Amino acid sequence: MTQAKDEIKIGGLGASRKRVEDNRFIRGKGRYVDDIVLPGMLHMEILRSPLAHARIVSIDTSKAWAIPGVRLVLTGEMMATRNLAWMPTLSYDTQAVLATDKVRFQGQEVACVVADDPYIAKDACEAIVVEYEALPVIVNPTQAVAQGAPLIRDDKDNQHDNVIYNWEVGDKEATDRAFAQADRVSKLELHYPRSHPSPIECCGSIADFDRSTSKLTVYMTSQAPHVIRAAVALVSELPEHMIRIISPDLGGGFGNKVPIYPGYVMSILASILLERPVKWIEDKTGNLISTGFARDVYLKGELALRNDGKILGVRMHTDADHGAFFSDAQPSKFKIGLMHSAFSCYDIPAAHLTAQGVYTNKAPGGVAYRCSFRVTEAMYFQERMVQAAADDLGMDQAEFRRRNFVRDDDFPHRTPFGFLTDSGQYGKCLDVGLEAIGYADFLREKEEAKKRGRLLGIGISTMTEPLGAGNSREYDILGMKMFDSAQLRVHMTGKAILRTGAKTQGQGHETTWAQIVAHELGMPAEDILVEEGDTDNTPFGLGTYASRSTPVAGAAVAMVSRKIRAKARKIAAHLLEVSEEDIEWELGRFYIRSSPERGVSIQECAMAAYSNMPDGMEPGLENVAYYDPPNLTWPFACYIATVEVDPVTGVWDVLRVVAVDDCGVRINPMVVEGQIMGGLTEAYAMASMQFITFDAQGNCVGSNYMDYLLPTAWETPGYELHEVVTPCPHHPIGAKGIGECATVGGPAAFVNAVMDAVKDTGVRNIDMPLLPDRVYEALTKRHDVSGAPPVKTDD
Amino acid sequence: MTGLYEEIREQPGEDVPTRRITVTVNGQTRKAEVEPRLLLAHLLRQGFALTGTHTGCDTTNCGACTVLYDGAPIKSCTMLAVQADGHEVTTVEGLAGSSELHPIQEGFKDEHGLQCGFCTPGMMLSAKALLDRNPDPTEDEVRWALSGNLCRCTGYQNIVKSVLWAAKKLRSESAS
Repeated sequence: MTQAKDEIKIGGLGASRKRVEDNRFIRGKGRYVDDIVLPGMLHMEILRSPLAHARIVSIDTSKAWAIPGVRLVLTGEMMATRNLAWMPTLSYDTQAVLATDKVRFQGQEVACVVADDPYIAKDACEAIVVEYEALPVIVNPTQAVAQGAPLIRDDKDNQHDNVIYNWEVGDKEATDRAFAQADRVSKLELHYPRSHPSPIECCGSIADFDRSTSKLTVYMTSQAPHVIRAAVALVSELPEHMIRIISPDLGGGFGNKVPIYPGYVMSILASILLERPVKWIEDKTGNLISTGFARDVYLKGELALRNDGKILGVRMHTDADHGAFFSDAQPSKFKIGLMHSAFSCYDIPAAHLTAQGVYTNKAPGGVAYRCSFRVTEAMYFQERMVQAAADDLGMDQAEFRRRNFVRDDDFPHRTPFGFLTDSGQYGKCLDVGLEAIGYADFLREKEEAKKRGRLLGIGISTMTEPLGAGNSREYDILGMKMFDSAQLRVHMTGKAILRTGAKTQGQGHETTWAQIVAHELGMPAEDILVEEGDTDNTPFGLGTYASRSTPVAGAAVAMVSRKIRAKARKIAAHLLEVSEEDIEWELGRFYIRSSPERGVSIQECAMAAYSNMPDGMEPGLENVAYYDPPNLTWPFACYIATVEVDPVTGVWDVLRVVAVDDCGVRINPMVVEGQIMGGLTEAYAMASMQFITFDAQGNCVGSNYMDYLLPTAWETPGYELHEVVTPCPHHPIGAKGIGECATVGGPAAFVNAVMDAVKDTGVRNIDMPLLPDRVYEALTKRHDVSGAPPVKTDD
Repeated sequence: MTGLYEEIREQPGEDVPTRRITVTVNGQTRKAEVEPRLLLAHLLRQGFALTGTHTGCDTTNCGACTVLYDGAPIKSCTMLAVQADGHEVTTVEGLAGSSELHPIQEGFKDEHGLQCGFCTPGMMLSAKALLDRNPDPTEDEVRWALSGNLCRCTGYQNIVKSVLWAAKKLRSESAS
């Protein structure tokens, strides 16, 4: 008990330690990429295509070159002479850096200008004359596979249609048998619409090539700087040790800052050509129409049900719209990400998933938007299907879930699609949630309200999701195994610098990593400086996305601390003049087992490591750990929302939101709760208003913040948070991922609540976002409402 | 042109019209020679190196560029620098002295009102404008006052708590 108390005092595990990074952010002293000014720096702007599919007839840059202050105008043709018109994607496809033959989506990069200031560069972009010959446009998978559809990727040998892949997982025969035995089959078709992570800070880079040293330094908005360095080395033929990627403070990422974008590549080439630093800062429209989108997957789902509420089997077919280039950022061998993590919290004997991916004339991407590689779609499909099935059976939605949950004593458990889950208390989480929301009372209130013409609804979403890729046996990106790393240098006076291969973007690593070291070594957290993002001085790691920081890099922090402690133990034995076997450890101190009053602190060991080490011992107290997790971590969550739908307008208001999260051991409860509330808000945003779509000509609707609505403080509901703690059995400190759970599980809670409110209409589905006009259409026309593009526009 | 752009221009281009302006920024008188089209946010960031004012959306929606203009919160990404001629501008750098934090800054740290920090300066300045005119706001009043500032990380709940924390502290300071 004394240890636990001391641990909070030094800012260790479980302390809601105030954040270290806040000290600069609240003073406006954060250092984001656009804040960095280098001597002689030039500015780059990108000219983008106004058309979604068109052949480029000609590009005339002469007027742009004539503008004073213009230093360089690049076109695809010029990139091609350097073999840089195309670049590889993270999914073994290719993507145009600057278009050469044709443009394949609205907003595609056509030319760029480098000038003395960004205003001149913008002027010059407008002076470039491009002649296009419009081609037929494809904006959804149905059009993509239709007879006679135009071929989008005519640049590729052996690509004769718009299909990227067909992929399947699960046991088809067993699933067919399950469906043959079913009392009834519940079917649901829906679309998880395209969305955009849209961090407030857009993407950008400053490339700085120094001819005298041959070193390329790139300041870049990147969640995975080491991956970028390796990729640049492979593409550019610059030697890897002469490439330095620095990811400074990031104004949010949410998956949007994982991929390699053409703008980065152009700024690098421009800097090499001009031998000056070149800054590229994307504008909001550029960010929304060209960078990594998320979702855009269609589901045909079926559940085989027994009348007593048991799910016997699940069948899913997904059609994914990947845009013009297959540039998903996800583990290479999983074509539709971890979609097959669906139904992992339910005990279902048989499952089969087929997936098709297609090219369309839309921006490429497929990033995991606050998501672990398509698990957001997986869990949304799962929880929408579960609610529809409960309704079909006329069974209470909570009870239906409970009957199908994997039980607490069933771990490790093989999921329907073959993952191995290891821990959880699903029933308990659901109970906590139902108790908190006052489930029975609300159902009564709902019935009462109905008599007065009011539409109340309650939505539940329960799920376990796989967070923290690897293990490296199964998870890699372009062959790079998905481990992570930490390096710890404890100085003579007991102060330390910790560096990891991850990259914080608001998650608070500078605060929480120090807490893990404090927990392992008993040093005050304030004595540990955490640094990330500079590939020259941090160990190689795969970066921060997919909620993998705590599961992987966080584990590496614990492991490197243990290496340090193991060496310190030898030093302690030397200082105490006893053998190592006689030494015991308590937080921050080694002591002699037989006389506990005789001991040395970790700080005294650090001093001795540099001033009084045992004979023959290597001096110093530094180490590095690369951590390859044995499995993913499996947090569980239960989200419950109650809503009221206005039957006259279709507007719906959130009444209450209860969140019960089990992410194992919480390093910093304050930070964890912050992550959950942020995630819930993105869930609410996708369910209610984030709307990015395309018209029949491929024009992006939702290309700026006037059209692509993000919730403000005014619309955003309040949240009631609860917790259950089931430690992860394989993580060194028992922690699981948490950053994305609420974004993954949350949308279904809101949508299920609205669907519950309008259940009497017989409508089975309204596609997100549940805009008032869609809800109104469902209420008045009593049919399902699809949100699939093309959207009708006035013109 | 701001001074910064002048400095890196090796061969000055054709004459562009400029105007000399005087702006009081965080209590200091600053002069600049600017193109009429230069945005106030860019003058502050590039001209005066006050990079705490961020630009996020360019369309007056996100509020990352919020500064106080004669005490009122405005979006500096859609205001011209020349419009600030003869006016007072307060940026995040003007909130606190070098050692002492403003209670709003303390509140944001204490209540975990920020994550990536990008929206934070604008959020705090909108909060300051609110508390200057309403020292004891309700939660709804805070939410309404901040509805011109977008945050992608926090979900606002802790931001609201931060502002209420600051309001309380400011009231107790003015009472004593």
